[in-house]
Amino acid sequence: MIELLPLFIAIPLGGAFLITLTAWKLKRLADILGVCASLPLLVLALLCIGNRGVYHIGAFLAPLGINLVLDGFSIILLVIVNVISFMAILYSISYMEQYTAKYKYYALFLLMVGGMNGVVLTGDMFNLFVFLEIASIASYALVAFGCEHEELEASFKYLVLGSIGSTFILLGVAVLYGLTGYLNMASIAQAVASMEKTWLFSFASVLFLVGFGIKAALVPFHPWLPDAHPSAPAPISAMLSGVLIKALGVYAITRVVFNVLGATSLFGIIIMVLGVLSMTIGVFLAVGQWDFKRLLAYHSISQMGYVVLGLGLGMFIIANKGPTLVAGMAIFGGLFHLANHAVFKSLLFLCSGSVEYQTGTRQLKELGGLQEKMPVTRVSCTIASLSIAGIPPLNGFWSKLIIVIATVQAAFLYPSMLILTAITILVSFVTLISFLKVLRYVFLGELPSLFKNIKDSSLFMCASLVMLSLLCISMGLLLIPGLRSVVFDPAVEVLKQGLDYGKQILTGL
Amino acid sequence: MIFPLCFALFVVGLYCVLTKKNVIKIVIGLTIMEYSVNLFLVLLGYKKGASFSDVQAPIIEPVTNLDDFFMKAVDPLPQAMVLTSIVIGLGVTALAIAICIRLYQRYGTFDISKMRRLKG
Amino acid sequence: MNGMSPIVQTVARFVKVFILLYGIYLTLIGHLTPGGGFAGGVVIASLYIMLTLAYGKKFALKFFPRRLAGSLDSVGALIFLVVACLGFGFGGIFFANFLEKSYPGAEFSLLSAGTIPISNIAICIKVASSLFLVFIIMAVARIIDKKDGSKEFKQDEEEE
Repeated sequence: MIELLPLFIAIPLGGAFLITLTAWKLKRLADILGVCASLPLLVLALLCIGNRGVYHIGAFLAPLGINLVLDGFSIILLVIVNVISFMAILYSISYMEQYTAKYKYYALFLLMVGGMNGVVLTGDMFNLFVFLEIASIASYALVAFGCEHEELEASFKYLVLGSIGSTFILLGVAVLYGLTGYLNMASIAQAVASMEKTWLFSFASVLFLVGFGIKAALVPFHPWLPDAHPSAPAPISAMLSGVLIKALGVYAITRVVFNVLGATSLFGIIIMVLGVLSMTIGVFLAVGQWDFKRLLAYHSISQMGYVVLGLGLGMFIIANKGPTLVAGMAIFGGLFHLANHAVFKSLLFLCSGSVEYQTGTRQLKELGGLQEKMPVTRVSCTIASLSIAGIPPLNGFWSKLIIVIATVQAAFLYPSMLILTAITILVSFVTLISFLKVLRYVFLGELPSLFKNIKDSSLFMCASLVMLSLLCISMGLLLIPGLRSVVFDPAVEVLKQGLDYGKQILTGL
Repeated sequence: MIFPLCFALFVVGLYCVLTKKNVIKIVIGLTIMEYSVNLFLVLLGYKKGASFSDVQAPIIEPVTNLDDFFMKAVDPLPQAMVLTSIVIGLGVTALAIAICIRLYQRYGTFDISKMRRLKG
Repeated sequence: MNGMSPIVQTVARFVKVFILLYGIYLTLIGHLTPGGGFAGGVVIASLYIMLTLAYGKKFALKFFPRRLAGSLDSVGALIFLVVACLGFGFGGIFFANFLEKSYPGAEFSLLSAGTIPISNIAICIKVASSLFLVFIIMAVARIIDKKDGSKEFKQDEEEE
């Protein structure tokens, strides 16, 4: 299975260029090629669960060459990226009929998927930057796909802020190369473990924090997200909110801080503060929105705050040599919430796209009473809203419960952490309020006379909605110890070993 | 001494992105920022020698002496990184200018303080 | 985009072969001296841009139309990917250098270093056609003021 790792990058790139070459005359060929490129990726990603390994590209060994590293943490993100992208491609077979130049959409989409797979698999810092830029540039073009007023303005704002973030990341990589002399993540980890930390090292750490924070839309760096996510077409919003801010933002900063730079308690405190700010500011700005997709975008910021809070808590406890069981629980809660959020947030965006495709509007005040006309969309949207609000037995409840339990356990050591528990529960309550508002305005109430003749979505859109809802219901089963030790425990182990990652990779996994 | 100058160029580019109102000037500021980081990367490879003739380009020819070469040649890895980074910057600039052309078509102006449709 | 004066056109007609030769030289010599695919591709793209500026867009687009540039773009990228996958087939690992690295007695010649010259040529084709395509799409489009004051966007090259 390790020999097939480069296929995760080669298949999307080959598919994208093949579509540009052949599919500009035949419309159906673009659909077929898109599905044929993303279905093998899904199958390969599911087959990779449970393996670990290192692949040396071009037969150059580390530290000279580029490695592709498959360990527990990469596998979770790899599965999430490929599952959600397959659902989004299936959905966009019929959603993108309203735009022209559908083949360009598929080519850019496959480029974005290839870039994200590269970010998740790579073991080299500059290669991380290159794949991050591939995925980001493809997403800037996809946000502006419709070429209306608002989409262009949102895309320009996203482009400027995203490029500033990428430039900060490149400056950080340059400073780190100047300090250690290596670009390979494992070699940098080994060099950092025995190096004295000068002010240049803190400078590089701050640059990485700001750069990846802009990509992950944590709170001081979030202003691009509420404009970019509503303006994009619905499957692109699902990809942006469901996987891009996770693979480029949260995965990259976790990998760099835990395994390359080494977790310190100051880092843990900063990341926890960023997480708490994101949670509260995101949800209080979301409650007052009257645009369906803009409300969902603000909720993305808030849920990312949950994930970052869990990971920051784990970092803080590991750095202060606290009990590793509590740190493991906090990290597990964060990663589980990452996986759950990908599924239910993309389901919510696809439902909103389905509503917009049939009715033509996104404003909550103009919608109403769609429950008898669109039953599949209504059931999926209800399941997703209950998931995000944290109602048992759907998947959102379990991950939020684990994060709350982890904060309570940490409060036994540091009593001021009880504030975190209170804030988490309050934010969850406000999330429930805002989603009840969404359900009431969109589906209940009376049907306006404009919408008398609408029907439910077509076959492909319904198929992806139903599959994602089934995933939402059944992902709570990942808590059973048998499944958990296969899927999540290797990830937590990788993050807990910190700088020893370097030694393990260089001597062969 | 030269590395803080690269950082000063970076700050100049950041100032241009933050304060200018014309969309094209914002794109120019973005390119200045990227070029300053490329400059910083290339200058990392320099090997400090006693005199100017002690520094050599990293090209191996049939007549080079290999021990001498390893003492004197500059580091080729930052040069490869900068080539890739210049091409990435080209891609971002091309996309930004294409979006600016479309923005002019829609709004009729290049002034960014007049494009305020997305609020809240 | 009309042409320029006859002096410019004459000089361009003399110089274009040398620029093309220089671009091909930079590409092929990429594994021995500085150069390679990017630099050669940019020089060849600037050759076509110079011809467009000197002769007008109709003439330049007659022998390098937009569809051909788009197809060459994808073909260059696909050749690069095929070379990388052939490394997987023949050399056992992705991107491996599976051809003969050097013949004894001819170490620094033009036919050394395995698959690197082929990758350079593919990159040159891709970069040249991409840059020319970007220039054509952006420079051929014009914004025309209609009579009622709104602006319209014209992006075709078939009519004046």
